[in-house]
Amino acid sequence: MNSTGLAVEALGLRKRYGEKEALAGIDLRVPWGSVRGLLGPNGAGKTTTVQALTTLRRFDAGSATVAGFDVRREPARVRARIGLVGQSAAVDEVLGGAQNLALFGRLYHLDRATARRRADELLEQFGLADAGRKPVGTYSGGMRRRLDLAASLILAPPVLFLDEPTTGLDPRGRNEVWQSIRELAAAGTTVLLTTQYLEEADQLCDQISLIDEGRVIAEGSPGELKARLDRDYIAVVVRDADSVSAAAEIVGRLAVAIPEIDAERRVITAPVRNSVGGLTDVVRALGDARIEAEDIALRRPTLDEVFLHLTGNERSIEEVAA
Amino acid sequence: MTTRIEVPNRPSPRLRWALTDSWTMTERALAHWARQPWLVVTGLAFPLLILAMFLYLFGGGMTVPGGGDYRDFLVPGVFAVTMFFGVEATMTAVNADAARGVTERFRSMPMSPSATVAGRALADLLFSLLVLAILIGAGLLVGWDWHAGLGNALQAFALLLLLRFAFIWVGIYLGLLVGSQEGIATVQILVWPFAALSSVFTSPEDMPGWLGAIAEWNPLSATLHATRELFGNPGATGGSWVTEHAELMALLWPLAIIAVFFPLSVRAYRALGN
Repeated sequence: MNSTGLAVEALGLRKRYGEKEALAGIDLRVPWGSVRGLLGPNGAGKTTTVQALTTLRRFDAGSATVAGFDVRREPARVRARIGLVGQSAAVDEVLGGAQNLALFGRLYHLDRATARRRADELLEQFGLADAGRKPVGTYSGGMRRRLDLAASLILAPPVLFLDEPTTGLDPRGRNEVWQSIRELAAAGTTVLLTTQYLEEADQLCDQISLIDEGRVIAEGSPGELKARLDRDYIAVVVRDADSVSAAAEIVGRLAVAIPEIDAERRVITAPVRNSVGGLTDVVRALGDARIEAEDIALRRPTLDEVFLHLTGNERSIEEVAA
Repeated sequence: MTTRIEVPNRPSPRLRWALTDSWTMTERALAHWARQPWLVVTGLAFPLLILAMFLYLFGGGMTVPGGGDYRDFLVPGVFAVTMFFGVEATMTAVNADAARGVTERFRSMPMSPSATVAGRALADLLFSLLVLAILIGAGLLVGWDWHAGLGNALQAFALLLLLRFAFIWVGIYLGLLVGSQEGIATVQILVWPFAALSSVFTSPEDMPGWLGAIAEWNPLSATLHATRELFGNPGATGGSWVTEHAELMALLWPLAIIAVFFPLSVRAYRALGN
């Protein structure tokens, strides 16, 4: 299909809106059959990247190839090979679920009978068969998003783009959508999704591209990214609220960064370089100072901590998003 | 199931895509009306209420320029103003699709880009045809009639639909341009003075000079003047250049509106990708 063997390739994508540089040279190489997550805070350029790759938005500089076709030169061929689920469920609220899928099927140039048959298949696949006749306006958020997903799968596209597929869904709706994405990926669909939820990227993606201020700042599997932060985190829960500051001072002496203190829950968290050695040192120092600990644990960094470390920012992804 | 659709390169299959996609979009609009019949009913109730209100409430106080029956003067006015007010329906429908991301889905699909607007235009025109047919029935019921032959009457109906067609493009442009519901409401208010400043309900000759001149040059008045003439209904008087050339103006105005708003609509649609 594609000489480079990539489902999506973007080189130096740039896009400027007036003063603001939304994309400052995005590079992406997504192999066939993988699930790639674009992870970053609001305004990082995730949606603009997806819109550029799906032919919805012109970009100022750079080049992009999707499913083997140049996005700028052959947008119609790209559109015939992709599915897109945007941020708002882009389905017709007035029509029923089956009517929606049949309409989109017709617009994908299936004949009437095939479009109707494909609609029924997809409704069945996404557990919407019973609601097929009801107007979409009466659907729950999760149902609507699944219908949206179904609509983007009418031609079983080899490359699927999902822009924040679970934003605004309750945990149940989110799990339903996650399950559908896993099934698609297992069947070989290349998926590129954006998210501001670390857990989502961790759960679904083979590879994650961390995006900040219109650039890819790091890339790798969730495990690799966490390993890039060459340190583990130690978390101490002290028994007595009065000893929190004394404990924090001890932990701070042994850690490689200023500890974070949650006074209410009496938790002190800090990164340590030599994980097991660091843990023993902390236990010993707390014992010497006669500070009683309820719990001491060592854990791998979260993607949020990786993100903070790489951007050098004090804000976390979810804080910025909130 | 994997279906690969080949995107046509040559003009003739591309045109076929444009036509079938436009018709699919038209069918979508028709399915909307089938799902929401109350919208059709309210859409019809409005012109019928205007007809009843002006005929029975204000009708006694109205004078017809050049003399004649107020019913014969009013009914073509209701036709024309209904065609004009259709701009709101077009604008609201276009805006709702853009706001809900449905337009974005269409744009990400391998369909003919012109079909989204062309389908809307065709659907609105078909609906207006239905509305006009019902209004003609209502007009005949209250005692209105055409007096200059069926051929002329048909010409008049064609001019009314041409006016509607022209304002479809205004509606599409405004629907894409106006981002919010507030913007829609503003336009909905502004259509009233536009309609009032015409010869729909009263004659421009009864207005102060400058206002009358504006009313005479109103595209709505041009169509109206021409249709009144073609129906043989009263009110097609006045000695100014515009009223003397009403039929010409009833063609020129809509064509000029299309010439301006069709390219603007295309540009606004393209600008969605900026």
